[in-house]
Amino acid sequence: MIHQIVILGGGVGGTLLANVLARRLRADEAQIVVIDSHGEHKYQPGWLYLPFGEETVENLVRPERHLLNDRVHLALGQATKIVPERHLIEMSDGSAVPYDILVLSTGADIAPDAVPGYAEGAHHFYSEAAALNLHEQLERFQGGKLVVGVADIPYKCPPAPLEFVFKVEEYLQKRGLRERTEITYLSPINRAFTIESVSEFVTPLLAERGIALETFFNTEQIDPIGKKIISLEGTEIDYDLLVLVPPHRGAAVIRDSGLGDAQGWIPTDRSTLEVKGHPNIYAIGDATDIPVSKSGSAAHFEAKVLSDRIVARIHGEPEDEHIYDGRVLCFLETGHGQASQLVFDFAHPPKPPDPNAFYHYEKLLFNRVYWYIVPNGFV
Amino acid sequence: MTDLKIDKEIDARGSFCPGPLLELIRGVKSVQVGQTLEVLSSDPGSNRDIPAWIQKAKQEFVGAYPEAGYTRFVVRKVH
Repeated sequence: MIHQIVILGGGVGGTLLANVLARRLRADEAQIVVIDSHGEHKYQPGWLYLPFGEETVENLVRPERHLLNDRVHLALGQATKIVPERHLIEMSDGSAVPYDILVLSTGADIAPDAVPGYAEGAHHFYSEAAALNLHEQLERFQGGKLVVGVADIPYKCPPAPLEFVFKVEEYLQKRGLRERTEITYLSPINRAFTIESVSEFVTPLLAERGIALETFFNTEQIDPIGKKIISLEGTEIDYDLLVLVPPHRGAAVIRDSGLGDAQGWIPTDRSTLEVKGHPNIYAIGDATDIPVSKSGSAAHFEAKVLSDRIVARIHGEPEDEHIYDGRVLCFLETGHGQASQLVFDFAHPPKPPDPNAFYHYEKLLFNRVYWYIVPNGFV
Repeated sequence: MTDLKIDKEIDARGSFCPGPLLELIRGVKSVQVGQTLEVLSSDPGSNRDIPAWIQKAKQEFVGAYPEAGYTRFVVRKVH
């Protein structure tokens, strides 16, 4: 039997998984299909650098087809509904794609409109266009009140807003505007970061750089005329420039198929990566409700485990020895040419080393070599 | 357990810090003023985080009621 394996979404996890399966399964064992809506593979961690003019959009995008093994069929189109009882995916052009095994790697969407006043009042770097626009805003900025924060949890790349605030502090120093700028960092919870050890690491750094930390700030609305951000807790903060990570939601196709929770995240077994209640459907990456960072790193390690599980399943071998343990490895830029590194899993919280130049350059190097080592599954 | 009328219950058991707190914050956003919300949490961090948030947000902390392996946190939305 030739198994039809369909992977919905050509991001880090979906692409890596497709390529590893194509190498490990013979053509008479499996046909591998990636469905992607736009056919462009975007290296989203690079968007952090766009507001500072340190990166170009061209460096951060490649055609998905160029990254896929020749044996993988790339189907470009918009999936509109997943129908598990009929084992198929309905497409916007009226066609249907059948599957034996389905992997949902549909990622996360941003939902700025969920915050009243966001469109008129706030900026972010969670899309190419928004990050380029923020670059223009920063170049025009002449000092004042700069507020950086997170509208809601979860969001992609959890360290990114902290990295942004450390980098913008350095940027303002270089432009001679630091003395004229008050910087405030907003956190929805009662500390700077969800993971306590990382919070303990960054809180003194924020203080050292003169960045005020406002905790328990859950954004309710933005007043773009009065230039205020207002929290559910009743706090109002004035700003001249507001950089706020927008709320995130699961992909529309997940919500429209009734497969997500209230925010559209897919209920997923954190060890087996099976979608709960659907033994032929798996989910990886930002799309899941697994309590781990929404990051390329988590998607990467999940895709590796899932490739082992799917190969074992097709070969009639036990899958249970292949378990995702929550592994994540990522960097945390701390500005001034330094970074730290976060390595953790479900059982072991990160112990961030002191910031140094080595991790900063390792991150910059990874940003360049990503295309050659990650999507193909070589690392 | 109390005889309180609960308008909305959120079961956040098995979810890790700060999951239950964030579920409570979402819940408070979604209910009407005067309504009562209950969040079930098995995460020990909630004993510190949830009452602290309710105090900061100036909502009414009705109480924390330990059960077997989890705690019920009850809050009334007052504004």
